[in-house]
Amino acid sequence: MSTASRVMDLPEERAWKLPSRGRVGMLSLIIGESALFTIFVVAYIFYIGKSLTGPTPAQVLEVPILGTICLLSSSFTIWRSEHAIEHGRMRAFAGWLAATILLGLIFMAGTAIEWHKLIVHDGLTIRTNLFGTTFYSLVGLHATHVVLGLSMLSVVLVLALLDRFPASQSERFAVIALYWHFVDVVWVVVFTVVYVIGR
Amino acid sequence: MSNLQSDLPMPIQGTLESEKARRSRSTALLEWLQGWLVTVDHKRLGILYILYSIFFLLVAGAEAIFIRIQLAIPNNHFLTAEVYNRFFTMHGTTMVFLVGMPILFGFANYVVPLQIGARDMAFPRLNALSFWLTAFGGMLLYFSFLGGGLYGAGNAPDVGWFAYAPLTARTFSPGNATDYWALALIVSGFGTLGTAVNIIATIFSMRCRGMTLMRMPLFTWLYLVVSGLTLVTITPLTAAQFMLLIDRYLGGHFFDTQAGGSALVWVHFFWIFGHPEVYVLVLPAFAIANEIIPVFSRKAIFGYPAMVAASVGIMFVSLGVWAHHMFTVGMTSVTNAFFVLSTMLVGIPTGIKIFNWIATIWGGRVRFQTPMLFCLGFLYQFLIAGLTGIMLSVAPMDWQLHNSYFVIAHFHYVLVGAIVFCIFAGLYYWYPKATGRMMSERLGKWHFWLFVIGFHITFDTMHFLGILGMPRSIYTYQPDRGWNTLNLIVSVGGFIQGIAVLIFAYNFIVSYFKGDVAGDDPWDAWTLEWTTSSPPPVYNFAEEPEVRSRRPLWDLKHPYDTDWEYEG
Repeated sequence: MSTASRVMDLPEERAWKLPSRGRVGMLSLIIGESALFTIFVVAYIFYIGKSLTGPTPAQVLEVPILGTICLLSSSFTIWRSEHAIEHGRMRAFAGWLAATILLGLIFMAGTAIEWHKLIVHDGLTIRTNLFGTTFYSLVGLHATHVVLGLSMLSVVLVLALLDRFPASQSERFAVIALYWHFVDVVWVVVFTVVYVIGR
Repeated sequence: MSNLQSDLPMPIQGTLESEKARRSRSTALLEWLQGWLVTVDHKRLGILYILYSIFFLLVAGAEAIFIRIQLAIPNNHFLTAEVYNRFFTMHGTTMVFLVGMPILFGFANYVVPLQIGARDMAFPRLNALSFWLTAFGGMLLYFSFLGGGLYGAGNAPDVGWFAYAPLTARTFSPGNATDYWALALIVSGFGTLGTAVNIIATIFSMRCRGMTLMRMPLFTWLYLVVSGLTLVTITPLTAAQFMLLIDRYLGGHFFDTQAGGSALVWVHFFWIFGHPEVYVLVLPAFAIANEIIPVFSRKAIFGYPAMVAASVGIMFVSLGVWAHHMFTVGMTSVTNAFFVLSTMLVGIPTGIKIFNWIATIWGGRVRFQTPMLFCLGFLYQFLIAGLTGIMLSVAPMDWQLHNSYFVIAHFHYVLVGAIVFCIFAGLYYWYPKATGRMMSERLGKWHFWLFVIGFHITFDTMHFLGILGMPRSIYTYQPDRGWNTLNLIVSVGGFIQGIAVLIFAYNFIVSYFKGDVAGDDPWDAWTLEWTTSSPPPVYNFAEEPEVRSRRPLWDLKHPYDTDWEYEG
């Protein structure tokens, strides 16, 4: 290995640092998921106003202000949570994490109430018209991602409460947080398309 | 193991042997099987991917042979129209999703970690999950032959590999055959997504010391590009198939024209997946050529940075060309013009690549061994495929030729003439690394020459059939159309290719037991996978390699003429 000895005197090789595989993996997944959502969003936009029968979005949709505020705030609470675990403040970590989960649950409750009203009172199901088909698909796809995120966060919370999630795992938590931020950003797009443009 | 045992004192050695004797043969077999089933080793998973794909290559190849028997003579009744539809649907779907993608990911799994000096992929368990999802998808698709429903046995998907709406609506596709198509591809699509994520994370985060991005072997570079493209390619198909299932099972209206939906939206969504998919398949073929052509020309690759730039360029351009599959559906002139121009734009980075390969061979001491022969076939055929591609990109020309055998000939020139040729080249090239034995060079040459002759007899002739107006997907034709002789020639070529593939399969199996022992570096190559033993140990490298140039093994072999003194 005559080269090995000569390698060492290069400054660039002495500091050999590569990005964390968790973050790279999650970012790749997010790019893929973005393409998935793009197709559903494009379908939603394309089919705005093309339903042959009612009900229309203007007749039945109400803007979910409370749920939106809760979900967007949860990006802030999870960021505080990340900050706390990086500095080893485990009680603050668990507290902010619990707040994040609570906000996510309020959002999901809002969706549940909204869907109940739409289905029972307004008679809008996935087979009623194109609006129903695209609405339940897009909002449902996002809600599925919220549920997935909430499940991951809940597992972490349970482990944290059992003292099984040490501060050394902050990198892993950051990866989950990245996913949660993504779910939030997607909601901004879905909200704009469904409740602002589409209404 | 024998070294270890000779160091041990006698009584313990005796104990070990008596225990060994007590173990029955079936237990040993079960343990061997279990070792492969639960493995998370990238090399074993790579081999599993490749064996799985070769199996389906033979299956889908047999389907092609049946198709060609049916079309060999006019008014043939070898297959019924229904069975014929199932066969061309399954042939296309299998070749793309169960042969092309898994075999290329198999190469990535096996070679990428070795080339970048890593111990394994970034996420070994995700890797195993991805493989088994893909494998399950394939089995699910083929189970449709038994469980397709409604008409009982033998009801496989019959809607074409692009499954255009509204043919896929419940009204027109009763039974479950179409659902098998959608579900199988959704499942294998998740596997594909997992593998793409894994390859990207591996390449970004697992490189050995000194391997900067611009020192990575081009093979690895291309796989980074392919995986990035896969992320945004396979997910739109998954989305569209979700919509299809919502339509079929929940009564949705995405593609239901009776309720204001649009069948055209499916066509757009499918080709937003479908065209980049071609590049997902062809870029790994380029990756293989990038390794083999320099090694067998005894020269470093010409224009490394241009090759990287061209690959990234192809990735971006390929995302904006999909509607060239749709010139005949009646888009506006502006849309047509946009897709004509964007499609022609692909010719520029691809042309750069072809010139770089030729410049690499130029003035080299070329060794005409089997891997190189397949790469030379690839170069020639890919050029022709590119030229007919430019012809088809011209909208008025496409109006004339669309959905004719000219299109079939064009894309088989890409898929077989370029991709399958490179896959064979790669199999001959890395087989000694994976098994420790060489494949027979004599049978390899038989395989190459029969395959290249059969290929040209089949697919050159198909162009003429297309120009004479023979449409794709027809199960038979009248004898007065003037297609009789040409169709017979196409079928004969198909059989010659079939024989060539069988020779390959024989060579592949027999060489494993009887091939010459390969040694670590049988091709006198330059990348890291050839520094370790053949087959490599479970841990790949005894000590983590460090690299200073694009050809680390050249540097090791030529300490007084190293590459890094010249690379910028």
